[in-house]
Amino acid sequence: MTVLLQTRGLAKAYAGPVLSDVNFELRAGEVHALVGENGAGKSTLCNIIAGLRQADAGEMILQDKPYHPHNKKAAELRGVRIVLQELSVIDNLTVAENLFLDHLPNRLGWISGARLAEAAREALDKVGLTELDPNTPVRQLGIGQKQLVEIAAGISQECKVLILDEPTAALTVADAKRLFIQVRKLQDAGVGIIFISHHLEEVQEISDRVSVLRDGRMVAVKERGTYSIDDIIRLMVGRDLSETVERPSTTSVDRIAFRVEGLKAPPVVREVSFKVHAGEILGFAGLMGSGRTETMRAIFGADPRAGGRLFLDEKEIQIGKPADAVKLGIGFLTEDRKAQGLLLPKPLRMNISLARLRDEIAIFGSWIRRSIEDTVAARWIERLRVRCSSAEQSAVNLSGGNQQKVVLARWLYRDCSVLICDEPTRGIDVGAKFEIYQLLGQLAAAGKAIIVVSSDLYELLALCDRIAVMSAGKLAAIFPRGEWTEDRIMAAAFSELTKAANN
Amino acid sequence: MNSKNTPSIPAGSPGGAPSVAAATKVRRTSQVREVVENSLGLVVVLILLVALFSFQTAHFFSATTFKAIANEIPTAIFIAIGMTFVLIIGGIDLSVGSVLALGAGILGVAIVQWHWPLWAASLLCVLTGALCGLLNGFLTIRFQLPSFIVTLGLLEAARGATYLVTNSQTMYIGSAVEAIDNVSLVGLSLPFLIAIALAIVAQLVLSGSVFGRYLIALGTNEEAVRLSGIDTRPIKLAVFVISGALAALGGISYCAELSSADPNAGSGFELAAIAAVVIGGTSLMGGRGSVINSLFGVLVIAVLETGLAQIGAQESVKRMVTGAVIIIAVIVDFYRTRRAEQKARSGK
Repeated sequence: MTVLLQTRGLAKAYAGPVLSDVNFELRAGEVHALVGENGAGKSTLCNIIAGLRQADAGEMILQDKPYHPHNKKAAELRGVRIVLQELSVIDNLTVAENLFLDHLPNRLGWISGARLAEAAREALDKVGLTELDPNTPVRQLGIGQKQLVEIAAGISQECKVLILDEPTAALTVADAKRLFIQVRKLQDAGVGIIFISHHLEEVQEISDRVSVLRDGRMVAVKERGTYSIDDIIRLMVGRDLSETVERPSTTSVDRIAFRVEGLKAPPVVREVSFKVHAGEILGFAGLMGSGRTETMRAIFGADPRAGGRLFLDEKEIQIGKPADAVKLGIGFLTEDRKAQGLLLPKPLRMNISLARLRDEIAIFGSWIRRSIEDTVAARWIERLRVRCSSAEQSAVNLSGGNQQKVVLARWLYRDCSVLICDEPTRGIDVGAKFEIYQLLGQLAAAGKAIIVVSSDLYELLALCDRIAVMSAGKLAAIFPRGEWTEDRIMAAAFSELTKAANN
Repeated sequence: MNSKNTPSIPAGSPGGAPSVAAATKVRRTSQVREVVENSLGLVVVLILLVALFSFQTAHFFSATTFKAIANEIPTAIFIAIGMTFVLIIGGIDLSVGSVLALGAGILGVAIVQWHWPLWAASLLCVLTGALCGLLNGFLTIRFQLPSFIVTLGLLEAARGATYLVTNSQTMYIGSAVEAIDNVSLVGLSLPFLIAIALAIVAQLVLSGSVFGRYLIALGTNEEAVRLSGIDTRPIKLAVFVISGALAALGGISYCAELSSADPNAGSGFELAAIAAVVIGGTSLMGGRGSVINSLFGVLVIAVLETGLAQIGAQESVKRMVTGAVIIIAVIVDFYRTRRAEQKARSGK
């Protein structure tokens, strides 16, 4: 097979190096998977290839000619297309309009509806959305369908290189199968496909080769059939994950710190009851859309509840808004630190002190004592080893891992007896990840009750004392350490879905 | 600029450690310096304008001119203080001009028809303004409406109410209200002194109090503040109440200036206030702003208008120049913030 695309010595740095000396090769007609931990540099590499970002150093060669696209358009002119992980469809337009946004068929500026619908039909059939009317507003679609529309937009046009950045994250198994059939067709037509995924089984199934990135470096390239999933994981994390983060046996005491009974929060959360002991880490696993985040938000008072009782230390509590929860000593580390956690343009100092201004920092609860605020900020920056130039640096300039530590510092300083962490390590580098695991472990050891929602099953397996599994808005099962296996957890995660399918 | 002065504090020293007494002094001076440095650009612009007009006409650089300006601007300052707060939380208050007129109308009715003493009438006037702000805030928060729409509604409604109260006629109040303007210190009227004092207090609240910090945080990321366990609703409500009350206070000083309550008073004041606040570098997107700079913004506009009038510029020219200055100020501010951000990124 001929080499289609090559990168040599590619490097890119933001606050710190994200990619260093990356050599990557894509052949015509191959599916080349790119794997690595979050923050390993997969998306950055793909963005550079697709012209969305420019490398600081290194060169790229496409079909024996130098290739340095300065934007997405330039990349597309050379036949390189990307389907992004974050949905970029426009909700207020129809499916057809979204598919052909940059070249709507028109006559003197007036859109030709018939030609548009026809072209859209063809593109949708390719991804198996045969039932979908191209004139449906995208707003009405579910997240999986949106993702398929996004993919349809990518593959409906001529291309030589197609980059799929986590295309299956939001898809059902059936939709993913259908996508793979299309991928094979493109492959047969000689298109080179770069495929990013966290589902290693999937990677094993469809890719001809796998490249593994770790901390911005290319650590291995494996041909089909020469590796096991465990090999890949070891290459990804650089050590044996289960060995390094395994917590010492549980320190939890028999005291129930927090209990939820019959929680309902329509439309997603149907029935959730559980309890957390003091000193325990309780994990929440489940598929995307199973209602884990919604459950936590409802508990915290961030979203309305339709029913359910909450008990703190076996005393019933009323939570109507987040302020009530925090007053009672319940903290919530949100899944989206930028949109829901940080004051991005503000100094770290302000970010850390926010939840405690009134009762600790201020005199008479109203006048901020800057000297104390400075001391507090400096103390937490030091304690969590936040890499920054000073407490006056803006949060926006920190890396994902350090940003997460800053939000965590806010809650640690708030000193909660129950801390809910929603995706505490999403999008952060391996080093920061382990530091956060250690911190959560220390908190539990100090008698706090910790709830961890995560889509990373390995993380939960390593960190938690018990794992609760949600499925379609219900708490399907809770496994104590030792009784769980990946298979049992996955079976529980699908249980409500299969029940629904059988009825 | 702060990092240089930040004393290195040993980690683990508890919150209220006594070792910080020395640091406090350093901190204080650096805080003051921060405010001064932030205003420096505007002060330079102000000096340049004064110099320019002084060269153009001999009358300009005189105590009379400055006193005239000082006694003309308290109304604008009151409104600009409230507007700064509203813009910082990412809102806007378009109703201030109408609320000013309504407050003035109530003041007039209370003094002329009900024969209330000045202090009681003033209190009623400010309460009316606060009530308008309460309505603005309540509607914005309860129905999650953009404050632009709500306050646009009140801009109309409060004007209508003013016509109702005053019977659509200018009401002569006379000496009862002129008394306010007659109190003076070195030629500066009472309203001016109060406006300056309020601006200083508002700036202190903004940069030093928990309330002020909440405003800045709220304007930066409201959801993050809410999920940090802070109830954002009373804070937002307070901001609109403050804006309404200050607009009504502006109504009193406006009455004192004219000796009467004009039902058409204050129309267009909301836009003038927004212009002054934006010249002062407060962000329309929220999360950033300074009351002192808004004060300088008011001064820049006032000096510009007085100066242009004195060199004999026509109304048409005056308005075009003022418009250009507003836009130039915002462009300059854009580049200034971007440079500051780049400096922050490179690690200072």
